[in-house]
Amino acid sequence: MRELAYLRPDDVGAAVAAVTDNPRAQYLGGGTNLVDHLKLGVTSPELLVDVRRLPLDEVEEVAGEDGPVLRVGANVRNSDVAAHPVVRSVFPAVARALLSGASGQIRNQATTAGNLLQRTRCVYFQDVTTPCNKREPGTGCSAIGGYARYNAILGASEACVTTHPSDLAVALAALDATVVVRGAEGERRLPVRELHRLPGDRPEEDTTLAHGELITAVELTAGRLTRRSTYYKARDRASYAFALVSVAGALQLDGDTVTDVRLAWGGVAHRPWRATVAEDALRGSTFSEEAVLAACDRELAAAVTSEDSAFKVPMVRNVSALVLGRLAKEDR
Amino acid sequence: MTELLPDPVPARAMGSARLRADGPAKVTGLATYAVEHPADDPLHLWLVQSTVARGRLVDLDTAAALAHPGVVSVLDHTNAPRLVTDDPDTTDPELVVLQDDRVAFRGQIVAAVLAETSEAAREGAALVTARYETEPHRAELRDDSPAYAPESVNPDQPTDSDDGDVEAGLAEADVVVDQTYRTAYEHNNPLEPHALSVTWLEDDDGPRVTLVDSTQGVHPVAATLAPMLGLEKDRVRVRAPYVGGGFGSKGLPHAPEMAAVLAARTVPGRAVKLAVTRQQMFALTGYRTATVSHFRLGARADGTLLAIDHQVREQTSALKEYAEQTATPTRMLYAAPHRRTRHRLVELDVAVPSWMRAPGEMPGVYAHEIAMDELAIACGLDPIELRLRNEPDVDPETGKPFSGRRLVECLERGADLFGWADRTPEPRATADGEWWVGTGVASATYPTMTQAGSQARVSALGGGRYSVAVGAVDIGTGARTVLAQIAADALGCAVEAVDLEIADTDLPMATVAGGSSGTSSWGSAIVAAAQLFRRDHGEDPDSGVHTTASAAQSPGMEQYATHAFGAVFAQTRVHRYTGEVRVPRLLGVYSVGRVLNPVTARSQLLGGLTMGLSAALFEESHRDPRFGHVVTQDLATYHVASHADVRGIEAVWLDEEDPHVNPMGSRGIGEIGIVGTAAAVANATFHATGVRVRQIPVTADRFVG
Repeated sequence: MRELAYLRPDDVGAAVAAVTDNPRAQYLGGGTNLVDHLKLGVTSPELLVDVRRLPLDEVEEVAGEDGPVLRVGANVRNSDVAAHPVVRSVFPAVARALLSGASGQIRNQATTAGNLLQRTRCVYFQDVTTPCNKREPGTGCSAIGGYARYNAILGASEACVTTHPSDLAVALAALDATVVVRGAEGERRLPVRELHRLPGDRPEEDTTLAHGELITAVELTAGRLTRRSTYYKARDRASYAFALVSVAGALQLDGDTVTDVRLAWGGVAHRPWRATVAEDALRGSTFSEEAVLAACDRELAAAVTSEDSAFKVPMVRNVSALVLGRLAKEDR
Repeated sequence: MTELLPDPVPARAMGSARLRADGPAKVTGLATYAVEHPADDPLHLWLVQSTVARGRLVDLDTAAALAHPGVVSVLDHTNAPRLVTDDPDTTDPELVVLQDDRVAFRGQIVAAVLAETSEAAREGAALVTARYETEPHRAELRDDSPAYAPESVNPDQPTDSDDGDVEAGLAEADVVVDQTYRTAYEHNNPLEPHALSVTWLEDDDGPRVTLVDSTQGVHPVAATLAPMLGLEKDRVRVRAPYVGGGFGSKGLPHAPEMAAVLAARTVPGRAVKLAVTRQQMFALTGYRTATVSHFRLGARADGTLLAIDHQVREQTSALKEYAEQTATPTRMLYAAPHRRTRHRLVELDVAVPSWMRAPGEMPGVYAHEIAMDELAIACGLDPIELRLRNEPDVDPETGKPFSGRRLVECLERGADLFGWADRTPEPRATADGEWWVGTGVASATYPTMTQAGSQARVSALGGGRYSVAVGAVDIGTGARTVLAQIAADALGCAVEAVDLEIADTDLPMATVAGGSSGTSSWGSAIVAAAQLFRRDHGEDPDSGVHTTASAAQSPGMEQYATHAFGAVFAQTRVHRYTGEVRVPRLLGVYSVGRVLNPVTARSQLLGGLTMGLSAALFEESHRDPRFGHVVTQDLATYHVASHADVRGIEAVWLDEEDPHVNPMGSRGIGEIGIVGTAAAVANATFHATGVRVRQIPVTADRFVG
């Protein structure tokens, strides 16, 4: 049996200090991903700091500079966030993203921060008998030339072609959410779009967080745009499957003119992919399905595919048209 | 022990809806599965698997594992007990475990760690380091891979068949369909992984081994393991009180069982428990080979078939041959004067394939029934009408009459229930919002078999009660429930008066729960024993008297071609933007002789339909040929149908009995539900979209772009 120390502090400062002080310490949230990794040998920390006792389990409405802010504590369960009346009415993309993820049992267990920090489900990352730069830097990327159905088509590198599995993160990226982080130096806020990174030559790093930094909350600023938001996940089966591609969108029309739009893609990159090129092309234009498809084509000009991942280009275009088309219908 | 040709049994309890006898124990958690079986102070075993696909193990460093707290020993080929492997008739190459340094596939067992706890064993296994001399390997079934003709196909059927002159028939045809259909590698994935608890005992009469195993046949396990262990079969006792599914993968013992027995032999008197992990199941417990079916159908303009040519390429393992009998249903499904079937195997350095629900029929009928759909379109015929026009009078393969072939009634009843008459013939003609909608149909068939060799014992317990014993296994099918109904009717008593004992080699011999033959084989033996018991001991027997008997084969099995038939109807919706496929309606109509218990039978048929739906849309084991193993090796990446994928699903059957098969009038029902289903779903996706996908799974990406 592998020896493993376990701490369950009641206070955020103590948790952060415990992990910061030990380079082989990890936070444990709902455990729906990390516990698998412990069993598979994907990770072998010497200290687990269980954050579930920390007082980070509230959903609060607070005033913000640009309007009312919904602050979701890091420990709030996925199912509770999805069912929250404000989330459902003001941030529907978030509720739909959460409900499209995992299974009922896992959503009851998984936490908000844990969802954002879950690791790739790349089959090679999870199989310790195969090379993987993310799991073991320098060994090579088995997904290149291997099982490629869930590979990235944007922003990948020669070191890693995997995708980020979170649905929630895609919706949060579309809605410009903010992540509240506590580190040894104190608290900082960063846009969720800056939380996850592209693999480059350091695929072992999923995020921009320093070791020991703890996500304590996610903040969402309400607006007209967030109310007109939705999420669609295309997948290989109707439930309990990661996205082939997913799209979070938000749309504001004045007549037929796009006054504002948000488009974020999942299943295509190492991080949620905010399709800013497509957004810029659409903003100010006359809304139509053809306009959405053309805007997506601009974004996808940079796509790099293999035979097994080539379908993602037409699929993510189509799903973008579907999502924004549904929002346009609501708006009219 | 006597063999008796049993008389037909009048149905009283048979045919009545009875709930599963072991249902309460299962849903309350009281049913103990193999590895849960209580044992004093057991040891735990963890398997170490090769990380190369072919070569030689040159060094195994076990020092770190042995130093780990709780680890008792590490077994490898240098120290494992020797097996008897010099008799080719009793030596199963798959079971020659830890005997030499050869590596034949990636994931093969190269060592096993025994420890005081499961956790220590697992960690010990992680600490073993192996060094290999690797050799080039082949792990990809390619269209240009060299292939050979096996001597026979599973279980012992001819590899090839030739009737008439196929090329002449095709030349004469007005319409020819010439296409290739592919099925994916699939893994059985029963809910309960393969697992066992085994104890090796040395007593005055020599060694004795007892297993609680998760298996489809306790007697077959004992009969397979004993000679390789150098033991008589009666020195190996196997029990399997509860089994969480098998789908064929537990039909014969696999390498993990032998590894556990070898480990137990090194610690006499102590139980050794082994639970195979889900990931390990993808290398060690069998799977369905991928298949490539090249079909040529030649027909007159009116749809009458003139020629059927079915040439199959599929894969076997270099370690042990297994030839899926993919083209065998093609030999009997429809009438045609000219017919040819071929099976060719590509031998690869991969894990050993084996039985998976309806081996042969599932991939073969899938291919045939899509080809028929294509022929119907080419002839401008309704697909049901095309099938009606190709009904044979007698079995095309043997020339014998069918014991009952009511395929036409299945198709017509299904058409009626499904509303087929309202169908628009043109594909891509029906849209509903964001979805294309279509329907499809396929025939289904499965051979009706009764295996020889089962015996049953009937004992009087006094007070009108009886013990009925047969060493059969209920793998979740409902056998425990149905066999008691058969026994009650054969004895002329109430079901409640029967104490049924099963799943133990101390009970009379019983054949495997496989080939949809269990109920027929074991039920026939029970009927024979009950009728002989009544003959010998009368209606008011003394407590303690007993009779053991086996059933002679029904003469009808020789006189007739015996098969179950069915028709499957599917409605699919294909998303116009994403290509995602949904199946809101799935209907199977079956001709399966007498249905002995509508509750458990319905579960079997719905389970088969669900598995067919799952194969149609989701299931695929992706083998990475560079490494040689399946990389989608868990239930998150190997997709089976989720609850949300199974919507309207219905199974119905014709009211009938088959008097020629067995004294109960029943045919097997365990497998026919999966047959044809993938074709019906695939045909419905074509009808919805106009896009013909000739491989399964039919995934969303096929419909975008």
